Amino acid sequence: MPTQHSRVKARLMISPAVLLLLGWMLIPLGLTVYFSLLRYNLLMPGMEQWTGLTNYRYFLTDPAFFDALRNTLVLVVGVLAITVIGGVLLALLLDQPIWGQGIVRVLVIAPFFIMPTVSALVWKNMFMNPVSGLFAHAAKGLGLEPFDFLAHAPLFSIILMVSWQWLPFATLILLTALQSLDSEQLEASEMDGANYVNRFFFIVLPHLARAITVVILIQTIFLLSIFAEILVTTTGGPGTATTNLTFLIYAQSLLHFDVGGGAAGGIIAIILANIVAIFLMRMIGKNLDA
Amino acid sequence: MKIKLSALMGAAAATCLLASAAAAETLTIATVNNGDMIRMQGLTDDFTANNPGIELEWVTLEENILRQRVTTDIATKGGQYDIMTIGTYEVPIWGKQGWLVGLNDLPESYDIDDLLPAIRGGLTVDGELYAAPFYGESSMVMYRTDLMEKAGLEMPEAPTWDFIAQAARAMTDKDNEVYGVCLRGKAGWGENAAFITATSNSFGARWFDENWNPQFDSKAWSDTLNFYLDLMAAAGPPGASSNGFNENLALFQTGKCGMWIDATVAASFVTNPNDSTVHDKVGFALAPDNGLGKRSNWLWAWSLAIPAGSEKIESAKKFIAWATSKDYLALVASKEGWANVPPGTRTSLYENPEYAKVPFAKMTLDSINSADPTNPAVDPVPYVGVQFVAIPEFQGIATAVGQQFSAALAGTVTAEEALANAQSLTVREMTKAGYIN
Amino acid sequence: MARNVTPARKATMTAIAWIIGLAIFFPILWTILTSFKTEAEAIASPPSFVLFDWTLENFSIVQERSDYFRHFLNSVIISVGSTVLGLIIAIPAAWSMAFVPTKRTKHVLMWMLSTKMLPPVGVLVPIYLIFRDAGLLDTQAGLVIVLTLINLPIIIWMLYTYFKEIPVEILEAARMDGATLRSEILYVLTPMAVPGIASTLLLNIILAWNEAFWTLNLTAAKAAPLTAFIAAYSSPEGLFYAKLSAASTLAIAPILVMGWFSQRQLVRGLTFGAVK
Repeated sequence: MPTQHSRVKARLMISPAVLLLLGWMLIPLGLTVYFSLLRYNLLMPGMEQWTGLTNYRYFLTDPAFFDALRNTLVLVVGVLAITVIGGVLLALLLDQPIWGQGIVRVLVIAPFFIMPTVSALVWKNMFMNPVSGLFAHAAKGLGLEPFDFLAHAPLFSIILMVSWQWLPFATLILLTALQSLDSEQLEASEMDGANYVNRFFFIVLPHLARAITVVILIQTIFLLSIFAEILVTTTGGPGTATTNLTFLIYAQSLLHFDVGGGAAGGIIAIILANIVAIFLMRMIGKNLDA
Repeated sequence: MKIKLSALMGAAAATCLLASAAAAETLTIATVNNGDMIRMQGLTDDFTANNPGIELEWVTLEENILRQRVTTDIATKGGQYDIMTIGTYEVPIWGKQGWLVGLNDLPESYDIDDLLPAIRGGLTVDGELYAAPFYGESSMVMYRTDLMEKAGLEMPEAPTWDFIAQAARAMTDKDNEVYGVCLRGKAGWGENAAFITATSNSFGARWFDENWNPQFDSKAWSDTLNFYLDLMAAAGPPGASSNGFNENLALFQTGKCGMWIDATVAASFVTNPNDSTVHDKVGFALAPDNGLGKRSNWLWAWSLAIPAGSEKIESAKKFIAWATSKDYLALVASKEGWANVPPGTRTSLYENPEYAKVPFAKMTLDSINSADPTNPAVDPVPYVGVQFVAIPEFQGIATAVGQQFSAALAGTVTAEEALANAQSLTVREMTKAGYIN
Repeated sequence: MARNVTPARKATMTAIAWIIGLAIFFPILWTILTSFKTEAEAIASPPSFVLFDWTLENFSIVQERSDYFRHFLNSVIISVGSTVLGLIIAIPAAWSMAFVPTKRTKHVLMWMLSTKMLPPVGVLVPIYLIFRDAGLLDTQAGLVIVLTLINLPIIIWMLYTYFKEIPVEILEAARMDGATLRSEILYVLTPMAVPGIASTLLLNIILAWNEAFWTLNLTAAKAAPLTAFIAAYSSPEGLFYAKLSAASTLAIAPILVMGWFSQRQLVRGLTFGAVK
């Protein structure tokens, strides 16, 4: 049982972290709230004036805003679906006795180490380019018309790139979880005549539930702010087909240099992120007794 | 623990301070990763040898990141850079804000009057030159002489859009991956929006009327966009909606384009035998028109400027005077040949008989001279700029408009929808910025 | 799970695993291969796999243009510095959450994670102004601070989940023996949590190494890491696939090699409490 004394000490020890994060959150947040109420364009100094909620009104009524919300959602859910399903399958495969397991594992986790900018540049130029990309060469080799990924399936292409980067992460966590599965339990069920599919759904998958929750939580945090991949490949287009919330705020802040508008967008994004956080917390609460 | 932490940070901060104090005069230069700039970095020994007290530190960035970095820095007076590479879009806006150091007092030997008037005019605010042009460009038609001949056509020196449309269709041979015309389609105010805006001038369109009312609902704009989309559908390469300058350059260099209408600086790339498979089969012509009195060429100059408030103004001026001087042009010529000299900045260069032998020299000069930033459209406009509108809001608006054009090219919206969206978003932004009610 | 399988099944599984593994790795392999081609060969159609004239030209051009070593060093200092600083702050915090939990612990943890959801671009201008006034622009110290703050929630959370798995009894026994809190953490807890700490350290070095928004926007020349190095090659005029590949290879090689060598440590701890 923690004593009164150790509680005080515990407070003391957690406080640097809490204070720093509080500062990191509150100071920019405070300034951002303040800026969001101003007409403030970086390129027109000295013109700052109080505009009340104008920036919010413009951001929320921007037709691109709803596209951005939808794209953000599709992007996060799409990547999560691919990485979780793919990750489970890959983990099951890597859990099998195979020759050269270590090397295969090294190959599979490699994308996780790649800078998002580099990965996006490589995918865009060397694979998806409809004239000189490798996919185009392959299509021509098969006598097919090359497919223009970034023009005709822009969001899907981005989901593909991001999934490639995050698949290793999901696989690793799921693999570790899988390896902790009690093999006696599996063998017992095997004796009982359960086939592979049954074993998967009644023993393996429930065992992986926690790990899947963790994968979803961590990835959501990173996927909500996907940015580099979009900037490098499609700059949010064509139209607004790949504009997510982060990119929309980027456009406000660093293309329009509209600090006020960008700040308002930032505040809205923070509110939405916190809604997601609450939702995730509920989910975790059920699955993870943190 | 806390003591350790602050000591650590203190030590780190102190090291940084010391480091910056030790180097006497280090000029930090932000620049774009274009070929001419990269070449300059390789030739700076000529400068540092003559100026022993000055060291140079380069920050080379891709164009969009560069713009984002230098704009943030100068607007917040961050003081990160002593020299910034900026374009004709930024200079009028920044100059008016008093953010840049005036350059009228560059030494006599610099011969400021030698700068091409069109370029100099674009970099001058109220009679003060605020940035020194490193290279200037307009746009023109680059075409494959062999393919043109094969199509049985002859390129006039000043083609019309009708001729371009006809030639592009005739040159296209999709089975052999030859596309009649390569045009910019990648969204961005400096990419497709620049090209289409310049084109729209020749169709009689304009961004705003005299009272800043957006004009995308006009017939002239509808003609412009429909013409562009039809041409690209019939004779453009696949994936055109992600092609910018670089992508098209790569296509042209590998022999996949019949014609390419783009920046005049590209001429030295496509005629360079090391990079281009078609270097000996390229012809040049003025950017097309429709007989309305305006051609579809633009005007741009990558230029060097000093942020106001810099503590190293004198050294920075020395460097700028060196990098944009006549001597620098001669230095490049002696090392890499006249074709690789940064073009489009000085009258004397075009009067040089050696330079006149370069195949694209005359066409570049003619193109630059036929661009008029103060009077870009057929109808009167309230703004300065050929392929841009020199107001702070333009970057953001034109990027969004460019996205709409790009979507139309990709086929996800129709031309009418794209223009309607462009109109409504421009009205929104201009209302928000207070130009119109 | 050592199960008895037939050699045929093992062979099939091996083949499938290798094909998938190679497919996932292929983009990286292709980048590395391209970095040894000439620009003309890099976009040649049809592309050649290994039967081209291998050249080191791209690497020498890249090295000549941008000082790779300085960018590399900055990346190392920033990523290691921020991770170590983060651990110093996070270990006590995670200890107190794991061993002296309160009703609010879970909320605090979720709140910490939610700070990671704030879009950085929305707060760039405020941070830039603060950094300018503090003289932190373009300094390694500035980036260390920012990246520490950004990754702190993940570090705390990872450590917390490891600490949770350590039986409280052991710490209590140490306390009975008269150990102070300081020595309890330093000599009892930390050694037991070494696998977890190592894994946290590695993961955060990777995250910090690849962080491309703050590192690009808060630096100019002196503190610019490899993310800025790449920005010089992303879409220059002219053919660039080979040079881009060479720059990319140089930028990812150190972290890739580190990741491969330490993958056992990384994997062992990469559970986030998902494994009981």
